[in-house]
Amino acid sequence: MAETTHPSGVGAHGAPDGEGTTRRDFLYLATGAVGAVGVAAAAWPFIDSMNPAADTLALASIDVDLAPVAVGQAITVTWRGKPVFIRHRTEKEITEAKEVNLGDLRDPQPDSARVTKPEWLVVIGICTHLGCVPLGQKPTDPKGDYDGYFCPCHGSHYDTSGRIRKGPAPANLPVPQYAFTGDTAIRLG
Amino acid sequence: MAQAHTPKFSNPVVTWIDSRLPIFTMLNHEYNEYPMPKNVNYLWAFGAMAGMMLVIMIATGLFLAMQYTANTHMAFESVERIMRDVNFGWLLRYVHANGASMFFIVVFIHLFRGLYYGSYKAPREILWILGVVILLLMMATAFMGYVLPWGQMSFWGATVITNLFSAFPIVGDPIVTWLWGGFSVDNPTLNRFFALHFLLPFVIFAVVILHVAALHISGSNNPLGIDAKGPQDTVPFNPYVTVKDGFAIVVFLILYAAFVFFAPNYLGHPDNYIPANPLVTPAHIVPEWYFLPFYAILRAIPDKLGGVLAMFGAIAVLFVLPWLDTSRVRSCKFRPIYRQFFWVLVLCVLVLGYAGAQPAEGAWLLIARIGTFYYFFHFLVLLPVLGKMERPLPLPVSISEPVLKGGGRVAAGAHAKPMEKA
Amino acid sequence: MRALKTVLLSAAVALGLAGAAHASEGVHIPTQDWPHSGIFGTIDQASAQRGFQVYKEVCAACHSMKLVPIRTLSGIGYNEEQLKAIAAGYEVQAGPNDAGEMFMRPAIPADRFPSPFANDQAARASNNGALPPDLSLMAKARKGGEDYLYAFLTGFREPPDGVTVMDGMYYNEYFPGHQVGMPNILNPDGVTFADGTKATVEQQAHDVATFLTFVAEPHMDARKQMGVKVILFLIVLAGLMYATKRQLWSSVKH
Repeated sequence: MAETTHPSGVGAHGAPDGEGTTRRDFLYLATGAVGAVGVAAAAWPFIDSMNPAADTLALASIDVDLAPVAVGQAITVTWRGKPVFIRHRTEKEITEAKEVNLGDLRDPQPDSARVTKPEWLVVIGICTHLGCVPLGQKPTDPKGDYDGYFCPCHGSHYDTSGRIRKGPAPANLPVPQYAFTGDTAIRLG
Repeated sequence: MAQAHTPKFSNPVVTWIDSRLPIFTMLNHEYNEYPMPKNVNYLWAFGAMAGMMLVIMIATGLFLAMQYTANTHMAFESVERIMRDVNFGWLLRYVHANGASMFFIVVFIHLFRGLYYGSYKAPREILWILGVVILLLMMATAFMGYVLPWGQMSFWGATVITNLFSAFPIVGDPIVTWLWGGFSVDNPTLNRFFALHFLLPFVIFAVVILHVAALHISGSNNPLGIDAKGPQDTVPFNPYVTVKDGFAIVVFLILYAAFVFFAPNYLGHPDNYIPANPLVTPAHIVPEWYFLPFYAILRAIPDKLGGVLAMFGAIAVLFVLPWLDTSRVRSCKFRPIYRQFFWVLVLCVLVLGYAGAQPAEGAWLLIARIGTFYYFFHFLVLLPVLGKMERPLPLPVSISEPVLKGGGRVAAGAHAKPMEKA
Repeated sequence: MRALKTVLLSAAVALGLAGAAHASEGVHIPTQDWPHSGIFGTIDQASAQRGFQVYKEVCAACHSMKLVPIRTLSGIGYNEEQLKAIAAGYEVQAGPNDAGEMFMRPAIPADRFPSPFANDQAARASNNGALPPDLSLMAKARKGGEDYLYAFLTGFREPPDGVTVMDGMYYNEYFPGHQVGMPNILNPDGVTFADGTKATVEQQAHDVATFLTFVAEPHMDARKQMGVKVILFLIVLAGLMYATKRQLWSSVKH
């Protein structure tokens, strides 16, 4: 529409010479491009506002003091909104975890790849089947057939290394990112 | 809407859709070909600016709503969390908070442009009335939005404004209790204000669509206030007006950005950074600046019900404006006497606004009363009488004519009938 | 363009009026020259750190700052280790533990500054009935902002002749009504600054006002820096839009 001459003598082709046309086209293109950059840049704050905020990120890594946890005991801490199971394993549990034949495992992983220090097991306590929280942290909890964890929702059994041994869950309990900051202190995240 | 021709689209997908649902034909008709009087000035860009402000407010508001908590115990802190912790949260909030002021600046200029050039007169009465409806909805939305941060001004503003309804006899008190959902402004009030503050912008959006539909039926007015006679008087909306409006919008955005980035709290009130406290009233309660002229009218009348009626009357009078103005000439350009009074009205509203921010006593109260008197006198007496008595200047024959004759005023005698019906 | 000028002018008038609404009654508050004022100004970090020390050693005895997480101080130049050390100096309530009891634990940077009193009632009870306001937003919650804070902190005087100050109240030149429940707490050398700055009352007031300006709006510097870029961008875009508009309309006789 606008490209054709308008009845009021209005024509987009105001300048008859080619040079004017080029200059005009460049101007239109530059304006459009700069405008488009502006709109795109303005979109970013909106998108980024939905990412985790500073208060959420500040708790993305937490320090946990393990000193009060005696051998055989376990604590559950909340990290990034999820339960993290920390168990101070007994010699028996460590041995059980190490002596498993990897060929028997659904999700083969040696125990050494799942712990930093053998006496401390740190896993995210969310069943890999459908997201329930398995039992086994409290002394009175059922620990399943392999002395680890038992998910009551659909009957998945995990061993003392948090590996799936029986039941519908497809994978081992995930190990969160953590590091020892002292003999008995870890930082999650 | 049987159009004279259906545009041909080069893209086959567009053609396929358009033959089933003519949205592209409609868009082309309304925003591409739409004939715009070629003599419109930059004041005509304020409609587009207002549309842009509505989009900015809805967009920022939506993303703020994702972070805000409408609970009296958490609202203030959730706003501070937006300011401190949410990525670009401070930007979204300042754009939104200052956006309200910018929206009103734009809409007030848009409104006074309509007043000056007689854009409310036949055949644009419904267009005008829809505009006043939008203004009312904006005021309600802005008021409820200001309550959400749950600061001292939020709380006491909400208390004072909702108490206005208690002025009505018999039904007043039950209405106020109903508005509050309790016996004072409290959590239920905050919750419903949030729900309504979220809803109303979409209602505004719908009325804006009607406003634009009504505009496109009668066509845009122009500084001369005479109808376009044909294509020689107009330019196609796109690209001529889109680019012109675009330029005006960018200039306006510079002003807007200056507030957001360098004086974000200038238009706000420090007391709203104090959490709401139902036991302590701030020394000096002031509404946001865009309500100040109405607030001055409210306080100018020494009677509770009278003040409330006068305040609502100040808006209500705009609804009947098309029938109060008896002049058959639209543009103030050709109304030498009324033109003076138009500026008196502008001054009157500004003075009322200033008086509204001052304590209601002494000289300021007197000034507010004079202003209130003039405001109603202007609409209810001056407009009907002046329209009959004033002798308008001769109107040009057409929009093109004064231009073709070298831009000078049209020679006397060469005049069109006032306000010919298109 | 004339119409545009009219428009901008009227907008300016309207805004001027809006602004005038602020500048009503009250005592005149002298303005100070702050490094962070103006569109290019940024918070003076050394001053803000000294101000934090004043807050910690003087103000915090009565005033909470409960909206501010300790980690916010990274914005005035503290690194992660320093923040941890600062946090470790505070205790926050946690729990309940397995016995169902609340207990105190050392704070971490993600925690907010703990309040000196358990609740407002306790604060009033300890302060002669007056509630020491929270300082998180103080620089934005008072007319005059940081200028007011400085004026207030340096504004304690002997009451002028004929003015009786009520029991337990103190005379301040800049406080609305002049009678305030807070005594003059800034003393010369009341704190010892690590960087050797002499701790005059004015210096302490200046530094703590800078600090409170920072905590009231930790993103102020970022905001202004973004503003400069955005406005430069918009000016370029406006220039291009205007050139395009001129080009386009050059053939329209109007």
